[in-house]
Amino acid sequence: MWEYTDKVQQHFMNPQNVGELEKPSGTGDVGSLSCGDALKLTIEVDDNGIITDAKFKTFGCASAIASSSVLTEIIKGMSIEEASKLTNEDIAEALGGLPKEKMHCSVMGREALEAAIADFKGVILPMAEGEVVCECFGVTDLEIIRAIKESDLRSVEEITNFTKAGGGCGKCEDRLREILQQTVEGIAAEKTKPHKDQRMTTLQKIKKIEQVLEREIKPTLKKDGGDIELVDVDGDFVTVSLRGACSGCQSSRTTLKEYVEKKLREQVVDTLIVEEEK
Amino acid sequence: MNCGSEKVIYMDNNATTRVAPEVVDAMMPFLTDCYGNPSSMHTFGGMVGRAIEQARAQVAELLGADPEEIVFTSCGTESDSTAILSALQTYPENRHVMTTRVEHPAVKNLCESLTQLTGHKHRTTRLMVDEDGLLDMESYKQALSDDTAIISIMWANNETGVIFPVEEMAAMASERGILFHTDAVQAVGKIPINMRKNTIDFLSLSGHKLHAPKGVGVLYVRKGTPFVPFLNGGHQERGRRGGTENVASIIGLGRACELAAQSLQDENTRVKALRDKLEKELLATIPKSMLNGHPEKRLPNTSNISFEFVEGEAILLHMNQYNICASSGSACTSGSLEPSHVMRAMGVPFTAAHGSIRFSLSIYNTEEEVDLVLDKMPAIIANLRELSPFWEETE
Repeated sequence: MWEYTDKVQQHFMNPQNVGELEKPSGTGDVGSLSCGDALKLTIEVDDNGIITDAKFKTFGCASAIASSSVLTEIIKGMSIEEASKLTNEDIAEALGGLPKEKMHCSVMGREALEAAIADFKGVILPMAEGEVVCECFGVTDLEIIRAIKESDLRSVEEITNFTKAGGGCGKCEDRLREILQQTVEGIAAEKTKPHKDQRMTTLQKIKKIEQVLEREIKPTLKKDGGDIELVDVDGDFVTVSLRGACSGCQSSRTTLKEYVEKKLREQVVDTLIVEEEK
Repeated sequence: MNCGSEKVIYMDNNATTRVAPEVVDAMMPFLTDCYGNPSSMHTFGGMVGRAIEQARAQVAELLGADPEEIVFTSCGTESDSTAILSALQTYPENRHVMTTRVEHPAVKNLCESLTQLTGHKHRTTRLMVDEDGLLDMESYKQALSDDTAIISIMWANNETGVIFPVEEMAAMASERGILFHTDAVQAVGKIPINMRKNTIDFLSLSGHKLHAPKGVGVLYVRKGTPFVPFLNGGHQERGRRGGTENVASIIGLGRACELAAQSLQDENTRVKALRDKLEKELLATIPKSMLNGHPEKRLPNTSNISFEFVEGEAILLHMNQYNICASSGSACTSGSLEPSHVMRAMGVPFTAAHGSIRFSLSIYNTEEEVDLVLDKMPAIIANLRELSPFWEETE
């Protein structure tokens, strides 16, 4: 039994914008019967480049149907430019999250949208031009690299959850590991370059901080019986509260400045100041 | 905890079954007053030991076996592992293993990891099935080899209910002196079994598939069959399975076997009739639906139907709204990304494999329940097909 959010269940039981536009400005057709899920998205774009209508037809499980339904709601009223920036994470988030094994459903939504936009613009998507790595599901290296970068994937299992690659016969696992390693190394190399452009929105900043806390800082503190929660972010000031063995610990100030602040400065913005909640 | 069991229409009995109220009654004393250790010297424990022997006799009776051929285990998977690994240790020089492509993961995954477990490289023959899910006896015969250590073939398939001619196959194996194991987890209690009339060496069964609780199983070991224990420890089960007995569950399983013998006829008449009605009418009222598995050579309780162009998990979740419980062979329900290995082995087309639903009934199902399912299913499938991009193309 999958743990679906109420939002997923709502969109699954009462999907919005089902069907196919008669004269679509763009059509995105992704997935196939053999893959177990497929989505046909049709969009209508007006002269100002605004998506005025969107309809979908989906073959797939509850999260595939819910992802498609919520996608049509999100993009209606968006400009083509805005819609091009939509990520699979945005789709998953609009649903209150998806089980990690089901993230590929949100990726399918994003792919269909991209395909529809490309169709509208009359261009060919570069993704299809990559080298097919996973033969079972027809996933190319470009798609995999993109997913690794966009969703910050760190294991072959995560790649499978997001792109389905490696979820069939499993023959491509070694190649996936190789792509993962190369991509991650590439990202690391980029990070060491000084960031000129650090104009993140507050929301992006919070998200990024939370991610670093979850992935790196929390696991390290937990090893010593401690924990940390994000309380507030105001400009460059990050307020956290230390829990468990960390709270009241003599060296908590050191932990905060030397470890937490350092990590966050390295990975988010190098002007951050971390303070403990009073 | 209220799990809503009173409203549930439970048609997922190949997954697990309701514990029979009579079984619960039989178990209660052993969860309360009669807590002695069956191995103890005192009468208080000894009485429990005698109750276990009675349960052993009840299981033996259902299988047409002798009580000493019954070894209690913790589950069907343990029984399967015990039988197969015992045979491999008995014949370490024999490096051939034969099984099928449609086994339960308990056998399938074990056979795929034999090298890690034994340190030897084994040749494994995985017999194909045809589109009806049946095995080809010719290929079976040809695969028998002088260095075959063990053959493990299920009695009945859990997904389709298709029954394999294991007695006939075991006879051929025994002529060549090859050990034969059958995973009969789905067959026991649903079809008559008489171990005195066949030459099967090992048979696995699981308590929770026949109205006993979870956490207890049996391995039948034919008298005279060489045997190496899987769990080494105390002298329990005559040294064939170490570990203090799961007393209450063993007592429950004994009672469940007794009940199963009594309801075997009901299972093959009334339950079968309910299954047939459900199946016939679903296939008649829902276009583009098809039966998976041979229509006759099948358990009386199981029906596996594919609804083309829709996906199984979505169907199950809609059924769930009406408290109807069933299973699917679709990719999304398996936690993997591909449809069930059974559907693939049978060559069920992708249009249908993803939309396969297994209904498995029990003696507790009623005609009213079947009618309700028949009432709800057509709309569920029609609604999902409305969403499917592949549906109109076929209309």
